[in-house]
Amino acid sequence: MQHSDPEITIVGGGLVGLSVALGLLSAGRRVRVLDGADGDARASQGNFGLIWGQGKGWNFAPYANWTMDALAAWPVFARQLKELSGIDVALDQSGGYEFFTDSAEMAGFAAQLEQQAAHLNDRASFEILTGDDLRSQLGGIGPEVVGASFSPRDGHVNPLRFLRALRCSVHALGGCVTMGATVSTITPQPDGGFLLTLANGQSLGAEIVVLCAGLGSTALARGLGFETQVRPQRGELLITEKLGDRLPFLSSTIRQVDEGGIQIGGTKAETGMDDSESLDVMAGLARHAVTVFPALEGVRVVRAWGALRVMSPDGYPVYAKSAAHPGAFLVTCHSGVTLAPLHASVLAEWILNTSPTPDMEAFDERRFALSHAA
Amino acid sequence: MSVASRFRTLPDTGDCVQFYLDDLPVTAPAGVTLAAALLAHSGDWTRQTAQGAPRTAFCMMGICFDCLVEVDGTPNTQACMTPVREGMVVRRQLGLRSLNGGEHD
Repeated sequence: MQHSDPEITIVGGGLVGLSVALGLLSAGRRVRVLDGADGDARASQGNFGLIWGQGKGWNFAPYANWTMDALAAWPVFARQLKELSGIDVALDQSGGYEFFTDSAEMAGFAAQLEQQAAHLNDRASFEILTGDDLRSQLGGIGPEVVGASFSPRDGHVNPLRFLRALRCSVHALGGCVTMGATVSTITPQPDGGFLLTLANGQSLGAEIVVLCAGLGSTALARGLGFETQVRPQRGELLITEKLGDRLPFLSSTIRQVDEGGIQIGGTKAETGMDDSESLDVMAGLARHAVTVFPALEGVRVVRAWGALRVMSPDGYPVYAKSAAHPGAFLVTCHSGVTLAPLHASVLAEWILNTSPTPDMEAFDERRFALSHAA
Repeated sequence: MSVASRFRTLPDTGDCVQFYLDDLPVTAPAGVTLAAALLAHSGDWTRQTAQGAPRTAFCMMGICFDCLVEVDGTPNTQACMTPVREGMVVRRQLGLRSLNGGEHD
């Protein structure tokens, strides 16, 4: 039973909302998480589970550094989740590859990595490998692979177990997660605070509202004075039967889940809210996997799905405080897995305005207004 | 066919095929599925899960994946979706398959 109303209401119970809830609960706040309907677009149930830095923020230094901070924070975060929830998220940060079959594309990515490394000073150590270097390092890589980049800090977790670990951790710290609580409106109150109405007609009051509703954020954000418009970007995934032996590598498009199945993905398509899968894209993914690692040819695909990424206009996270309605926050990003350790720590300090306040200025949504003006 | 089996076959048409289960010859009526033939043979387990638990055909309609066996070198084959054939080489599926097709050691 709750002794009093929670001070903070988080709208959205996916990876982002639950991570933010965890941070606020750890800071001793009373938190309620309102999660939407089963049929909503749920990036948290369709993602690839990568903890990935390669290429991120090559054109935006704050994001490059923020991502690198998150990679460094993951081991402690995974232990914290284990202690709170009893769930092992199968963190493996032993490095990841980006494979290329096109030399020009690889040269382009190598240039981006160089720029990213410049933003990171000595914190990054990317390697570029020729096809032959790669094949001497990793048995079984196909002859059409012209090379790869490698980052020793990249890794992955079991994404569904991670979601469950977060939910259990939030419960363990006394947070309340309500499922099927779709928020229809959030109305700022004249004397401060907010009134939320749910699709089922229920009304709830909140002193502080943090919008973490992914693709469901846009409509609610407008009423709170935010201007960020996130858009869906579809990715498709294949899952193979489970294998008894381990793939010798992790890549951004081919990864083996700790339980043995292989996920193949990484496609991008602008298809609105349509999250269905398509035969030509599935075939392309299978071809890609066999090109990179020909031994996968005889392995069965047992499931496939499409899921929608949450993309801000420039692809970087948005952490915004409403100027018009103090107490309203917007948190949205594409990399809800990678950035989770920071969402569960630094971001809570920013929301609570504790001293010293972390500088999140670079991720404010004002950058979109500035780019319109320029 | 073993009398210990709890499964009865369709009326006998007389046509039979012989296949091999873990190198031992088994006779089955022509035209039945491999899963039916395995159940009629002994009803004994035909695969082990990743954790080593024994399983055999259950749903007989391609849904439960508990009838997985290795057929002519192809691992994780659904026996209930595979008609039995003369000379078929069948092995019980022990745990997860390996990348190169055989069983994981």
